[in-house]
Amino acid sequence: MNIDDARLAYVKRLGDNALILGQRMVEVVAACPELEEELANANFALDYIGQARMYYTYAGELEGQGRGEDDFAFLRDENEYRNVLLIEQPDGHFGDTITKLVLFESFYLLQLEALMRCSDPRVAAIAARAEKEIRYHLRHNVQWLVRLGDGTSYSHERAQQSLDELWQYTGEMFAPDEVDNLFEAEFDGPDLHDIRERWQANVAAIVDQATLQKPADAWMASGGKEGRHSEHLGYLIAEMQYLQRLHPGATW
Amino acid sequence: MVELAISREQVFDWLSEVPDPEIPVLTITDLGIVRGIAVRDEVVVELSPTYSGCPATEVIEQSVVDALHRHGVEDVRIRRVLSPPWTTDWISDEGRDKLREYGIAPPARSASKRELLQKARAIACPRCASLATELVSEFGSTACKASYKCSDCLEPFEYFKCI
Repeated sequence: MNIDDARLAYVKRLGDNALILGQRMVEVVAACPELEEELANANFALDYIGQARMYYTYAGELEGQGRGEDDFAFLRDENEYRNVLLIEQPDGHFGDTITKLVLFESFYLLQLEALMRCSDPRVAAIAARAEKEIRYHLRHNVQWLVRLGDGTSYSHERAQQSLDELWQYTGEMFAPDEVDNLFEAEFDGPDLHDIRERWQANVAAIVDQATLQKPADAWMASGGKEGRHSEHLGYLIAEMQYLQRLHPGATW
Repeated sequence: MVELAISREQVFDWLSEVPDPEIPVLTITDLGIVRGIAVRDEVVVELSPTYSGCPATEVIEQSVVDALHRHGVEDVRIRRVLSPPWTTDWISDEGRDKLREYGIAPPARSASKRELLQKARAIACPRCASLATELVSEFGSTACKASYKCSDCLEPFEYFKCI
């Protein structure tokens, strides 16, 4: 793989993470426990989809084949998506949503902080914009996880179940592959080893404050970064792409 | 190439009449999103988006084009500038006064650096200036606002959230 291919793949992955999580947040709007959370989730979705647009627009320019944000979002199959498995997991209940967001955003925030200092000026600029938004989200979601974990025995039990279930999807975020390594080496990108250590410490502090037990690091699922996804992504994409598949080229 | 016979200051004045579509009491120059103006054979306006997913971004860009067309400038180009990212610190003092008069508490300065588990600072009620206010929701009617209520005058109000 050459440097240009690695950069393109890296930027598309950033876009895929943002788009797929954004679409997941769209799904939980109207299923939240209170009105304020509907607003929060709709706002999260807006931020993520806005970030996806910026990454995809740049990916289209890097690729140089005339593809744009809509082509990447609507005209690719699931095996072409390179988002991590964690974010495509379905939202069973509110505790799942909050736990998933805390685990992912604790990673994404560290990734963005590193990307703000990378040597690709466009990625650095998008990261600087996104970092403020994710910091705001994470503050909100951490408060919720503490409230659920340190709440009633029932909310505690369910939050613990969410954490236990989702933990197996966290390892993939820190497992560097050729794309990560090349982007780190050539563009002064994130050091995933360093990020993993800081993530572990941050998440341990949050989980502790929420009176939850951090699961032991055991077997970790992987494959999302290579396009091998869980069954859940197909359903998400089918719904997201429905209109574009039915009316090819539709714009509004 | 024919240079246009207008000044950058003139263009800035025209842009000072363009309202933000979501908070029309503010203009785009109050908001601090006009980052640069260049006048050559066309007028180039550099704008910063506020939030990544702000649905008003496209509307604002179109309003700038429309405003300059109304003043007889035919060739207008918008350039989106991402870096450095817009922050609420760029809202002008005049803009902050306008927000307060409109009933929206202006953003605190530089609060985005607050740590994850740290408490939020008190926000003054835009109606009675009391600091006895309470956060209702960190999200509100638009991407840029949070919802508060005042414990003294009992009025709910919006807060322009600080990022």
